[in-house]
Amino acid sequence: MKPYAAVAIVCFFLAMPILTGQALGRELTLMTHDSFSMSESVLEDFKTAVGADITVLRSGDAGQALNKAILSKNNPMADLFFGVDNTFIGRALDNDIFMAYTPKGFEDINTTLLLDGENRLIPVDFGDVCLNYDIKWFKAKHLALPAGLEDLIRPEYKDLTVVQNPATSSPGLAFLLTTISRFGENEYISFWQKLKANGVMVVNSWQEAYWGQFTAASKGERPIVVSYASSPAAEVFYADPKPDTAPTGIIIGNRSAFRQIEFAGILKNSANTDLAKKAMDFLLSNKFQEDIPLQMFVFPASTKARLPEVFLKHVKITDAPASLPADDIRQNRDKWIREWTETLLR
Amino acid sequence: MDGNAIAVKTRIYTHPYVLAGLVPLVFFLVFYFYPLAGIFIRSFVPDFPSHLHIDLSFWDQVTGSQRLAHIIWFTFWQAAVSTGLTLASAFPCAFVMSHYQFKGKKFLTLCASIPFVLPAVVVAAALDASFGKNGCLGMLNIRHPLVLIFMAHVFYNFSVMLRILTSFWAGLRANIQEAAATLGAGPFQIFIHITLPLLMPAVWAASFLVFIFCFSSFGIILILGGPAYSTIEAEIYRQAAYMFNLPVASFLSLLQIGFTLVLMGLYTAFSRKAVRFAPKAGHANFKPPQKFREKAAVAGSAGFIILLCLFPLAALAGKSLVHDGQVSLIYYQAIFVNPANSIFHVPPFTAIKFSFIFAGTALIIALVTGLCAALCLNHLDRVKAKGLAAFFDPLFMLPLSTSAVTLGFGIIITLDRPPLNLRSSTLLVPLVHALVGFPFVLRAVLPALKRIPNDIREAAATLGASPGKIFRCLDLPLISGALTAGGVFAFTISMGEFGATIFTAGPRTPTIPLAIYRFLGQPGAMNYGQAMAISTLLMVVTAAGFILIEKISSNGVQQF
Repeated sequence: MKPYAAVAIVCFFLAMPILTGQALGRELTLMTHDSFSMSESVLEDFKTAVGADITVLRSGDAGQALNKAILSKNNPMADLFFGVDNTFIGRALDNDIFMAYTPKGFEDINTTLLLDGENRLIPVDFGDVCLNYDIKWFKAKHLALPAGLEDLIRPEYKDLTVVQNPATSSPGLAFLLTTISRFGENEYISFWQKLKANGVMVVNSWQEAYWGQFTAASKGERPIVVSYASSPAAEVFYADPKPDTAPTGIIIGNRSAFRQIEFAGILKNSANTDLAKKAMDFLLSNKFQEDIPLQMFVFPASTKARLPEVFLKHVKITDAPASLPADDIRQNRDKWIREWTETLLR
Repeated sequence: MDGNAIAVKTRIYTHPYVLAGLVPLVFFLVFYFYPLAGIFIRSFVPDFPSHLHIDLSFWDQVTGSQRLAHIIWFTFWQAAVSTGLTLASAFPCAFVMSHYQFKGKKFLTLCASIPFVLPAVVVAAALDASFGKNGCLGMLNIRHPLVLIFMAHVFYNFSVMLRILTSFWAGLRANIQEAAATLGAGPFQIFIHITLPLLMPAVWAASFLVFIFCFSSFGIILILGGPAYSTIEAEIYRQAAYMFNLPVASFLSLLQIGFTLVLMGLYTAFSRKAVRFAPKAGHANFKPPQKFREKAAVAGSAGFIILLCLFPLAALAGKSLVHDGQVSLIYYQAIFVNPANSIFHVPPFTAIKFSFIFAGTALIIALVTGLCAALCLNHLDRVKAKGLAAFFDPLFMLPLSTSAVTLGFGIIITLDRPPLNLRSSTLLVPLVHALVGFPFVLRAVLPALKRIPNDIREAAATLGASPGKIFRCLDLPLISGALTAGGVFAFTISMGEFGATIFTAGPRTPTIPLAIYRFLGQPGAMNYGQAMAISTLLMVVTAAGFILIEKISSNGVQQF
C-alpha cells in the first residue's frame, strides 16, 4: 500500500468521530437512562418548544445515569435529567443536584405521585412492577392462578417463579420493596426464606428472567416472572400478527404491585436554565405525556393525557399499589439488599 | 562517571525508539492514569484539595465481609481453570494450524475469531441455543453455572491463544528439529527438549493474556454465573453502579490493579528467562497432511473448532432465521422498520457504519501506540536498560483488567474541561477501545520483535542503512504478521464492546451492540428475534472486517 493512502485512511478514521459528533447553535442536553425513548415527531415538537437543538445523553441504567450526574455536579454534562425513580430519589436529593422549578402543567399531575415538596424533582411517568404469568401454561396445566404474593409459597406453585436480583435490577428491587411493604420489615425475610424453599429462581437482570426463563417469552420453565404491568400490552404491540388477547397476564391485586415513579429535574449549575425550564414544561405537555406509553411502556403522570388503544385494551392499573415512604427506602435500601443477598445467595 | 559514559547514556535515551515510547506513555497518562487518579482521590480524600483527610471508613466494610474474601478467591480460581482449559484446547489446534496447509484453514481461523466480538448476552444466547435444554445438543444437559462459565471463557479466548501460539510456532525454524532428528532424537524428545522450550515465550504470553482476561471477566460471570458467582470486577460494578459506594469500589479496583501488576511482573521475569533462540521469521513451511495420523490430527482439530466455535454461532444464526417453527426472514425485515417511530430506533446500516468507524479508529490508535511501545520496550531491553523495560511492560497491560465503570467515572470527573472535554465526545469511544486493544498489539508484536537477531540490524547499519530504513525494510516486514494479529484483536474488541459505547455513543452514533441491547430491553417476541438477527449481522460484519484487515496487511507474508 502507498504511504499517502495509508495516511489518508488514518486521517479519515481520526476525523470521522469528531465530525459526526458536532452540532451547531444553541443546544439543550437531556441526560437520561438507557430505557428512555420518544418519537421522532415529538422530538421535533420538543425542539420547537425549547427553541434549541436537543441532545439526548443516555448514560447507562437508571442508577448509573444518576451517579454520573452526581459526579459531574460542579460542571454538569447536561441541563436536564430525566429518570430518577422513587427508589433513587433519596440519593438524588441528598446530593443536592437539582434546582426547584414548578413547570406548567404541574396542576394536572396525579397528586399521589408527588414526593418532593420543594419541586426539585417532578413526576413524569409511573409504572407498576408486578408478577406476570403465562396464560397458556396455566390453562394447559389446569392450575388456578396465584391471587397474590402469599400464594407463591404454596406447594402447587413450587419451581414456577423467576425473580431478579435487587442488587442489579430495578424491577428486582421493586419486587423486594413490594414484599417489604406487604409483609413488613420484620417478616419479609421469612417470606423470602419460604420462597427460596419453594424453588424461586433468581437471575441478575430482567432480560435473563424474561428472555431466558419465562415460558411465554422463551423456552424456559418458569410461567411466573417479575415484570411490568404494561408487559402484556408490549407483547401485543410487538407481535406480528397482533393477537386479540395478550399471551400474558398480570397479578396486581392485594397490594402485590409496586409503583415506580420517574422524575425529571433541572440540574444545578446548568448553563441553559432558561431552556431547561421550557423543556420541563414540555415534558408535562400532552404531546410528550401521550407519547410515553408506546415509547417506554409506562403510564403518563398527567391526568389529562389519553392512553393509546393497546393500553386501554390490555393493561390494568391498580388503585392500591404497594408503597413505602421514600425516607424509609432512602435509609434502608442498602441494608435490605444486603439482608436479601445473605438470605438468598448463600 | 566520566564524560564518555554520560554521552553513551544520552545516546541511549534519545534513540528514536525510546522517544517513540513517549507516545504510549502520554496516551496512558492522559486517558488512563489521570482519570483513575481522579476517581481514587475523590473516593479516599473526599474533601480534596481543601482538606487532605483520608477517609478510611470503608475499611470495616471490606475486612468484615466474608463474601469479599470468597469473591477474591473465586476470581483467581476460575481464571486459572479457564486459562488451563483454553491452553489445553488451543495447543493441539495451534500445532496443526502452524504445520499443515489444508482446505478450509482460513475459514476455520475466521470462525475461531468471531466469538471474541460477541457481547456477553449474545454468547449466553449462543451457548443456550446449542447446549441449553432446548438446544441442538440439549441432551448433554449442561446447566451448571460453572461449566457454562468455563465453556464461555474457552469459547471467548480460544482464538487469542490459537493466534499467538500459531504465529509463533509457524516461525520456529524446522531445521533445528531436523538436526536433532538426525542426531537420533525421537519425536517426543524433540518436542520436550527443543520445541516446547522454544515455544514457551508464546505460551506464557498467551496464557497471561487469557488469565488476565478471565480474571477481570464481567459480563459472562454476571449472566451465566447468575447472582451466586461474582468476580472482583463484577463486585466493583455492583458497588459503583448500584450502591454508589465509591470507596469500596475504588479499593477493589486498586486491588485488581495491584494483582495485575504482580502477575505481569511475574510474567516479565519468566519471559526473560525463557530460551531465546533466533528462529527465522518470514514464510513458514506449511505442508499438506499426508500420513494417516497427520490427516487425523487435522481432522480432529478442525472438528474441535467447528464444535466449539462454529456450532454455537450457527445455532444463533439459526435462531434468527426461524419464526414460529418455520424458516423465515421476518426478523431481518423487521430490523429496518421503526414501529413506534422512536428516535432511538437504530437503522442497521447506520449501526454498521458507526461500528466500522469506531473500530477502525480504535484499530489505528491501538496499532500506532502499541507498535511504539513495543519498539521502545524492545530497545530498552537490548541496551541493557532492563529495569525500565521491566517497569513499563506490566504498566501497559493494566487496561485489560481495569473496571470500565471505575475508569468511566474517573473520566467524568477529570476530562471535563477544554482542551480535554471528552466526557460526551464521540472520540472517547475509540479512545477507550484503543486502550483495551493496545495490550493485545503490544503482546503480539513484542515477542516477534524480540526474536529478530540484533546482528542483522547491526549489519544493515554497518552497510549504511539509517534507523528509519532498518525499521521500514527489516523490522516492519518481519513483524507484519504479529501486527495483523494484534490489529485483528483491537478491531474485534471495539466491534463488540458495549460498556464504554453506551457511555458516550449518543443517538447520532449508534453501534451494533447498542442495537442488540435495545432490542433485548423490551418485551415482545419480535424484539428477541431482531436481537438475534442483529447479532448474526454483527458476526458477518466482523468476519468481513477480518478479511479486509488481512487483505490490507498481506505483504506476501504468509499468515494463517
